[in-house]
Amino acid sequence: MRQSEGTENLTSRGATPRPSMRDASSRPPATTGGAAVAPVAGDDGTTLRYVHRPLPHDSGVRHVSGTALYIDDIREPEGTLHVALGLSPVARGRLRGLDLAAVRAAPGVVAVLTAADVPGRNDISPANGDEPVFAEQEVLFHGQPVFAVVATTRDAARRAARLATFDIEEEPPSITVEDALARGETVLPDYTFGRGDVEAALSAAPHRLEGVLRIGGQEHFYLEGQAALAVPGEEGDILVHSSTQHPSEVQHIVARVLGIPDAFVTCEVRRMGGGFGGKETQATQWAVIAALAARATGRPCKLRLDRDDDMVVTGKRHDMRADWRVGFDGDGRILGYDIVFNARCGCSADLSQGVVDRTMFHADNAYFLPAARIASRRLKTNTVSNTAFRGFGGPQGMLAVERVMDEIAARLGRDPLDVRKANFYAPGRDETPYGQTVEDTDVLAALVAQLEADCDYRARRRAVTAFNARSRVLKKGLALTPVKFGISFTLTHLNQAGALVHVYQDGSIHLNHGGTEMGQGLFIKVAQVVAEEFGVGIECVRITATTTAKVPNTSPTAASSGSDLNGMAARIAAATIRQRLVEFLCETYDVAEGEVTFRDDRVFFGNESLAFADLVKKAYQARIPLSATGFYRTPAIHWDRAAGRGRPFFYFAYGAACAEVTIDTLTGEYRLDRVDILHDAGRSLNPAIDIGQIEGGFVQGMGWLTTEELVFDAKGRLATHAPSTYKIPVASDVPQDFRVRLFTSANRQPTIYRSKAVGEPPLMLANAVFCAIADAVRAARGDGLAPLDAPATPEAVLRAIVGAL
Amino acid sequence: MRRTIRFLRKGETVEVEQFAPRTTLLDWLRLSERSTGTKEGCGEGDCGACTVVLRRLVDGRLVPAPVNACILLLGQVDGSEVLTVEDLAAEGRLHPVQQAMVEHHGSQCGFCTPGIVMSLFALYEAGMAPDRQEVTDALAGNLCRCTGYRPIVDAAFDALARREEDPFVARRQQVAGKLAALADEADVFVGSDQSFFAAPASIEALAQLCLAHPDATLVAGATDVGLWITKALAELPKVIWLGRVAGLDAVAEDGETVTLGATVPLSRARDVLAGLDPDLGELMRRFGSRQVRASGTVGGNVANGSPIGDLAPALIALGATLHLRRGAERRSLPLEDFFLDYRKQDRRPGEFVTAVTLRKPAGRHFRAFKVSKRFDEDISAVMGAFCLDIADGTVREARIAYGGMAGIPKRARAAEAALAGATLADGAAMERAVTALAGDFSPLSDHRASAGYRRRVAGNLLRKALTEIATGDDAATRLIGHREIRHAAE
Repeated sequence: MRQSEGTENLTSRGATPRPSMRDASSRPPATTGGAAVAPVAGDDGTTLRYVHRPLPHDSGVRHVSGTALYIDDIREPEGTLHVALGLSPVARGRLRGLDLAAVRAAPGVVAVLTAADVPGRNDISPANGDEPVFAEQEVLFHGQPVFAVVATTRDAARRAARLATFDIEEEPPSITVEDALARGETVLPDYTFGRGDVEAALSAAPHRLEGVLRIGGQEHFYLEGQAALAVPGEEGDILVHSSTQHPSEVQHIVARVLGIPDAFVTCEVRRMGGGFGGKETQATQWAVIAALAARATGRPCKLRLDRDDDMVVTGKRHDMRADWRVGFDGDGRILGYDIVFNARCGCSADLSQGVVDRTMFHADNAYFLPAARIASRRLKTNTVSNTAFRGFGGPQGMLAVERVMDEIAARLGRDPLDVRKANFYAPGRDETPYGQTVEDTDVLAALVAQLEADCDYRARRRAVTAFNARSRVLKKGLALTPVKFGISFTLTHLNQAGALVHVYQDGSIHLNHGGTEMGQGLFIKVAQVVAEEFGVGIECVRITATTTAKVPNTSPTAASSGSDLNGMAARIAAATIRQRLVEFLCETYDVAEGEVTFRDDRVFFGNESLAFADLVKKAYQARIPLSATGFYRTPAIHWDRAAGRGRPFFYFAYGAACAEVTIDTLTGEYRLDRVDILHDAGRSLNPAIDIGQIEGGFVQGMGWLTTEELVFDAKGRLATHAPSTYKIPVASDVPQDFRVRLFTSANRQPTIYRSKAVGEPPLMLANAVFCAIADAVRAARGDGLAPLDAPATPEAVLRAIVGAL
Repeated sequence: MRRTIRFLRKGETVEVEQFAPRTTLLDWLRLSERSTGTKEGCGEGDCGACTVVLRRLVDGRLVPAPVNACILLLGQVDGSEVLTVEDLAAEGRLHPVQQAMVEHHGSQCGFCTPGIVMSLFALYEAGMAPDRQEVTDALAGNLCRCTGYRPIVDAAFDALARREEDPFVARRQQVAGKLAALADEADVFVGSDQSFFAAPASIEALAQLCLAHPDATLVAGATDVGLWITKALAELPKVIWLGRVAGLDAVAEDGETVTLGATVPLSRARDVLAGLDPDLGELMRRFGSRQVRASGTVGGNVANGSPIGDLAPALIALGATLHLRRGAERRSLPLEDFFLDYRKQDRRPGEFVTAVTLRKPAGRHFRAFKVSKRFDEDISAVMGAFCLDIADGTVREARIAYGGMAGIPKRARAAEAALAGATLADGAAMERAVTALAGDFSPLSDHRASAGYRRRVAGNLLRKALTEIATGDDAATRLIGHREIRHAAE
């Protein structure tokens, strides 16, 4: 194992840790190109020129110019038709009849599709066979697609879709966790793991507490709604442009539903306008319906969901009710922890096995649980099937244990940070409830100690206490919470990736891999890796759309794994070509391999050098293959789900955040005063991109825990189905005093340039905001309690202060 | 009579003579012109991905306004220059706001970016100095799900501070000239008697048209009507747009009152109202977004009769009078009497709102509070407006109105009565007034708030207003919108 390189701090663009929204005069250093900046030392002492640099997003200029193409911007092939959905008006019932005569007769309508028009299997589920393209006899949720209209314009299709008459024998739906518990309906079996004798630990503990925490769901609200364009080819071939995080699954399920071999289907995506997990499995249905329409009509067909429909027909983050009991000692150290996560999964399994497993894997967050029983129920409700969302269940598990930390601290009259630190994993207290050893317990301890000092936690705690003593209406709260997040797909076989690299005769490089770009900066990171390998400028590496025709059998771009997996695969592909070039050079010029270096668009060997393009041309003429695939699989991981033991994670990513809030005890409104974040991205592949992931993830998590409230009515209708009623954060919600820094220590595992995954972990930094609001509620109540549920809307805050409203 | 609409696009006059009255600007851009840089994120004017900038001549000055193209009718751009994200880069150079967005890593997925660029461009064109409140206000109508906004705000600061020369400055005179050449005083009528987009140029013409077509939809800013089209799929065969009616956007002021014409944009109303009381300024700052305020109008907001519209309760508390006209017939009534029941107003077929007159709060004590899940660009759960006439510490008259507490914006007459004659120091009278609110309102539970929350907050807002008036201070009672903060014009 390598030693840590210590803690070298990087901030956004290397600026001082200023409250970044205030200083208007400072201009950032130019961040274009790789050659202008000084090289840095690599992991093995080599000189690195392209990775670890804050290069701008590869599409940045196209984004700001309006020339970046999304699905709906692709120039429509001549004769393209448009598809709209007919949605179930009830949440649960038997579909007795469906009168589509008026739909078929409407102006512009070319075709109407129902379950009867599915040539293959009427199933778009990723694994469980429980999700039809179109409802057949049974209606499972309000808004479930029952049919589709294909028409000459999108407007005509939408209008026609509203003309159907449904005959549904309505049944009382299960909407809430309690409904499902009462009926005992689940989408998957209950599952439990843990360690030690929890009951014994609880009964022997000097202190015990128990409680219930309700945790709300979350709408992804990717700005680009779901969209797909299917273009039929010859003999049943079909090309599907889909805004998906998982092109391979779209390909396979389109083939399954159409009843054709996978090889007839190509799925392609250049970029998504946001994904966040919402396009991991749930982009599939729209691509499938577009493909069905294309097959039925023989014409290109496009389906772009209206925003309100999108919010109704696509799943969300799982909302949960966490029922917990804890026993602890006088220092606040947990002795036993028993928790049940009652997860509302919606109408089908979708990804709920993995999502709720990850809730369980993160029930400990950063804390050692000597005895623990982590249980889960995957409840079936007549609501849209909940799905992946950044964090993939982890946030719910972590929020629950953070609530427990605060309750313990309140009971003992100790500072919550001290209780948290007392429970951190440490040498000798380093085994998780699922049997993985936390090997680097020093990292989080150092990170939190540094943040505590940097953000002046202790002095601010005193100031908050003093403020609350003198302020009647307004109360302040402060919290510093850690994040420990396991990196790897817990479905072990998904931890693989492929890449395809071509070098053309002019020296330009075509880069392709199985990862998808949804804004997270994966493409620029992987391009940096390839540029590094060949020693060429980033502009020589052409980033190309993800397509199942180039790299097959890919995993979804999910689980924060994009750069870890695809970066490694691309490096391997590039290294293969590079090695061929080296061998060619050595043979041709009689030099030793060790004398060859690639840098500054040239290849240096002995006392000579060649332009990279010239070398490539010579290699081509010498019949050296200039194309290669790369394949990577994550080492060391294994997981025995039946036994609840293993090493599901290659490593952990760490971070911590401190939040200070003020609440208005008359209305429950709150303002976020200041946030300090220190986050571990290993040796960042691209510090600017990673800072963007950290800030964006934090703000998204803050939205989940504060203003973003999903409301289903008693009939299972989503009342908050548009941005007018579902409130994600806006610019003014982000604190003016927002200090974000990278805690840089090399990943101790051999990841791509010792970086760490950074897509999901920062979302859970927002737990600090929720805990700070609860801290203020506690100050307002004065009785040591803070019965606050998530999301902490103003109403939830006021209810927590005054009891029932 | 002109039978086409005309606007300026990429330096050329575009004339459209055949279009469905319900055609939105966004659909025209994306489907007819095939400019796909402008995005549809929500189709209801909330996310701002479709933001474009209209430049209009106002009193000879070229005024940029960011608008949501998704809910703006194509006909509404008559007489304007339409600028989209594709138009900003010139001669291979990005506009300063685009350049700053790239350098500050202000885009991730990029889908909101065209709208954000256009909002920042409007701010830049308006000559704003870098100020955090101005920047976050300018972005309140632009949702970004990726970045967390920090780099976007930094980019805005940077671009506004740099103030590099850009080609737009040089072209301003030319554009103003072209728009002046487009300006005419003709009534516009495109279509047939069964289906038309009409834009009368005078109040007389409007009155006649409304009488002739009492079934037509009157459109001012379309910030609500736009959703009837995009979400309810309304046909709207007959549309009368008020935006060309001369004089309907007048603002008149005397010592006691201010009269706002029906088509005064909310952005201009914000400037006027902020000058009367800082709470009115803050209320208007939080009203919709800059895009919504640029399109939406005073008359539209009132005539629409939303139970949660923020303007009506404030105007009722100020003692406003509404003016209406039908044919040659004019009438006026207290604003609160206009609202009859949920979405039912005292407006007869063929009748239209011409103006609203409010009494200035000077000499009285005014407070307004809006409570919503999110501070900016949200719809009120509860909005309370309080106007107290106090002499020697005794309340002579209290006018209190709430939004979100009933099917209509409504006065709290029982609470008003409980306060009349009470002294500010009389805590018991305050509590009596709070209790009296229970008689005034029976709010509903919905996705914005429960009835219980609304009731309790309504009482607490009254407590807050009375406390602030008694102490003359709001530092201890407010999180945002402190009264000493001045609001800049928009």
